[in-house]
Amino acid sequence: MTATAERKPAGGRKIAPRVDMPCQPAGERIRNFEEVALGYTQQMATEEALRCLQCKNPKCVKGCPVEVPIRDFIGQLAKGDLEGAYRTIKSTNSLPGVCGRVCPQENQCEGACVLNAKGQPVAIGRLERYVADTYMALDACDHLAARLTCPAVDPELRVACIGSGPASLTVAGYLSARGIKVTVFEALHEVGGVLVYGIPEFRLPKSAIVEKEVQALRTQEVDFVTNWVGGRTFSIDDLFAEGYRAVFIGVGAGLPRFLGVPGENLTGVFSANEYLTRVNLGRAYAFPDYDTPVYQGRNVTVYGGGNVAMDAARTALRLGAESVRIVYRRTRDELPARHEELEHAEEEGVILELLANPVAFHGDEMGRLTGVTLQRMQLGEPDASGRRSPVPVEGDTYELPTDLAVIAVGTRPNPILLEATPQLKLSRRGYIEVAEETGETSIPNVFAGGDIVTGAATVILAMGAGRRAAKEIRRRLKGGE
Amino acid sequence: MPCKILEKERLIPGQTSKLVIDAPHIAKKALPGNFVILRVCEKGERIPLTIADADPERGTITIVYLVMGKSTALLETLDAGDSILDLCGPLGKATHIEKAGTVICVGGGTGIAAMHHIAKGHHKAGNHVVAVIGARSKDLLLFYDELSSFCPEVLVSTDDGSFGHKGLVTDLLRQRLETDKTVSEVVAVGPVPMMAAVAKTTEPFGVKTTVSLNSIMVDGIGMCGACRVSVGGETRFACVDGPEFDGHKVDFNELRQRLAAFKPQEKASYDHHCKCTCAGEK
Repeated sequence: MTATAERKPAGGRKIAPRVDMPCQPAGERIRNFEEVALGYTQQMATEEALRCLQCKNPKCVKGCPVEVPIRDFIGQLAKGDLEGAYRTIKSTNSLPGVCGRVCPQENQCEGACVLNAKGQPVAIGRLERYVADTYMALDACDHLAARLTCPAVDPELRVACIGSGPASLTVAGYLSARGIKVTVFEALHEVGGVLVYGIPEFRLPKSAIVEKEVQALRTQEVDFVTNWVGGRTFSIDDLFAEGYRAVFIGVGAGLPRFLGVPGENLTGVFSANEYLTRVNLGRAYAFPDYDTPVYQGRNVTVYGGGNVAMDAARTALRLGAESVRIVYRRTRDELPARHEELEHAEEEGVILELLANPVAFHGDEMGRLTGVTLQRMQLGEPDASGRRSPVPVEGDTYELPTDLAVIAVGTRPNPILLEATPQLKLSRRGYIEVAEETGETSIPNVFAGGDIVTGAATVILAMGAGRRAAKEIRRRLKGGE
Repeated sequence: MPCKILEKERLIPGQTSKLVIDAPHIAKKALPGNFVILRVCEKGERIPLTIADADPERGTITIVYLVMGKSTALLETLDAGDSILDLCGPLGKATHIEKAGTVICVGGGTGIAAMHHIAKGHHKAGNHVVAVIGARSKDLLLFYDELSSFCPEVLVSTDDGSFGHKGLVTDLLRQRLETDKTVSEVVAVGPVPMMAAVAKTTEPFGVKTTVSLNSIMVDGIGMCGACRVSVGGETRFACVDGPEFDGHKVDFNELRQRLAAFKPQEKASYDHHCKCTCAGEK
């Protein structure tokens, strides 16, 4: 059967339009850190679930790095079986509340949906979010008929995860659900990695969502140890000496990249990691009630065009900036951020300063940032990645006043664990090299996944890598398939 | 995991205190030059403090701090028996120590405590350690006895002449370098102007000079770049590339400016703290 044939539902039923997600109005939300997208109601979720064609050969599942049985959970949801839908999602995805919010669904499951041909794929991410949120709310209120039961965990089968971001949480969820004892070591004081320090509250609520997903893992007897730094507080050898049978490294991407232009160390120039960590992990938006301070820029410029740049720009608006500009070397069409995030940012008043590249930052006699010189760019021939590369328009530079600059142009591998573990084989770019099928590193029974393998990428790709490694760890520890 | 304070000593009442903390996992790994990041309470910020001493057998580390803002003021409210909410470490690269002859360790203010751990490391490696320490007056001088217990020479300067040489540590350092050609390295830990002055003093003598930088940090594990410093024209991160660097290559002016970045916020936070505690709530 061809995709075209499958797209036509039996009986020629007309497909209803996609159900919109209610949001906080832009004028209101830029004054708070509460979640922007409000989630479906039961009626909206049912209506949207009924749009699913229940394809015999669902393409959406192939688009999902953790292989959520999407058709099945949507079918259960359409019939009103919320618990069934939750169990189905949880069978392969440890963090549905997170994925329903931050996955680039348009490129993955929804991108593969047959209804996508008309630009109206089933809103799989929103449905996943609805199921996760509603189930967790019922669970918290003891309204569930039967809770997910935890298998007996074998205390001898111990696995350590280094880092507590999405890759490690996936490993922990997969293995603990199969009776393996997992301990997660986190260097910061809070569990969740990039979900906590990187993604803002208005896109992914910490206590309402991340903490609950972590709590769910705790009930599966996963142990979390905070303030323990892999490569400093302990080494990988220490873990094996203590009886761990396998180790998963999910330490994230690490060191921020800078632009390498003059004036970059002026006071007021931040890496996106610093800016977002101060605000998200340190709750600097509640300063001075919380002790971590942050700069409140008046004219803010953000450099880079990905989701991190969007997050930084929208954060600056909420902290009271008068103008916030995203400075990007290419055009709007090439912006790598998720479409939804870009749309939300523009609705909120973020200005796009396109085809522009910073060449120098300027400061006052106290070393505080006051302005930036931008080079006008134009698009030239496609580069190695196939994108048209930006080239300077000779002699065309201009100045912008700015008192807060946020650099969001990516990261380099964090050296701490890598330097402490010289036997780990690294790629040319300095990331950990792993076997593609299993995620195993050059050290036997040591696995790695997520940004420390791929460089900065998405939550769901990290989770996919975690799942691959976890499958192999389980196979080695318990045998069978 | 919270770590218990075993001993507290008010070295300079209301200003500088020493804590001995139960942290076997850190004590086991801590080397001279390492630091920790701690958080006093749930709403607290992460602050870096150098490890002044470590006892792996007893499972303790020692830190010394100067009360200068809200976080250290909060830390000062804790006593033996209380716990520090988060203690993370040991962080940073350890001091490069090898048997090299005579090493001069210069310390100023609270930096003397951090310098103490480095001096001890050089002593253990078999080096002849000359400690040069300075303070405004005799009452404000830290770790004199500790250093005297293993350093064959402890030279002291005070601004007011109440103890030792009246003047600056750099006066003592210069005199020594002029008369002693066996000095293989100078290590300096203290306020930025002092470290800058030490580097300037040693430069004409061509003696290797190591400084330990106290940049602003957030995570302390190489993630945020707040602690970046220019060393020899390159941007380096004090938390993972340092905190020790070649003093002759550090851009001290930039460091000084970056350290002042949050002064207004620090004051607002401290005032807020004082107001809250005076009103009887914390």
